[in-house]
Amino acid sequence: MPIVPVLILAAFLFSMGIYGLLARRNAVMVLLAVELMLNAVNINLVAFEAMWLDSMASGQIFSIFIITVAAAEVGIGLAIVLMIFRNSHSANLDDFATMKG
Amino acid sequence: MDFAQPITWVFTSLALVIAYTGFRVVTSGNLIHSALALVFSLAGTAGLFLLLSAEFVAWVLVLVYMGAVMVLFLFGIMITKAPVGYDAELDNEHKGPALVAAVSVFVLMSWSTILAFDGQEMSSLGVPTATEDLADALLGRFVLPFEIVSFVLLAALVGGITLARKDNSPAEEEMS
Repeated sequence: MPIVPVLILAAFLFSMGIYGLLARRNAVMVLLAVELMLNAVNINLVAFEAMWLDSMASGQIFSIFIITVAAAEVGIGLAIVLMIFRNSHSANLDDFATMKG
Repeated sequence: MDFAQPITWVFTSLALVIAYTGFRVVTSGNLIHSALALVFSLAGTAGLFLLLSAEFVAWVLVLVYMGAVMVLFLFGIMITKAPVGYDAELDNEHKGPALVAAVSVFVLMSWSTILAFDGQEMSSLGVPTATEDLADALLGRFVLPFEIVSFVLLAALVGGITLARKDNSPAEEEMS
């Protein structure tokens, strides 16, 4: 099976993630869009692994690392959103403009 | 693509599911629907990983992402008192520039991948990577990053608890 369709699917998911990152108002939705982008990168890594047959299985190892770091990122990100929500009673990113000059 | 082979049909249906649910994640007007669309997108990705002979990664994706991370997300949506149900105010006013950025990134990436990898085949399909090989690599060549990532998880755990808890620490209460 050719590799290009898989890469184009990953590129589509990545651009959907960019759209969500820029167009969403809710902080949790922005984190969801980031997950979509990380998932696209995982698809790319596994597809290249299946193409080049690395003896170390580096592509799959790296995608496991990405999944782990993404889990940590979601934990920290939601804790930050929770703390901001407690202080400003909003999860709306447009309201977080206290550092705007 | 050779549509005489069954693998092409499996890939096409999985790709349609992943692409449509990924699209719904960023366009749905309902927060809960958006999060559940991401669950389906990840389920399709796990199926794609099984197809691409990455069994262990597929099940890690199911357990960690669909199990743990999505529960965290739903928890985050509920606890920030987000409006459950349709909400027209979910998107900000920068939809147009965001669409331009997304479409240009998609065109650029797919154009460059077609230029670089057109005609190349994935050769290892149908032979799953043995979990034993993955474990050997993870605890052999990659043992230092493995330990570092476990430390990152510990730091995230401590940081998450510190950020999210409500009461002040005893030391701070003594000072105030």
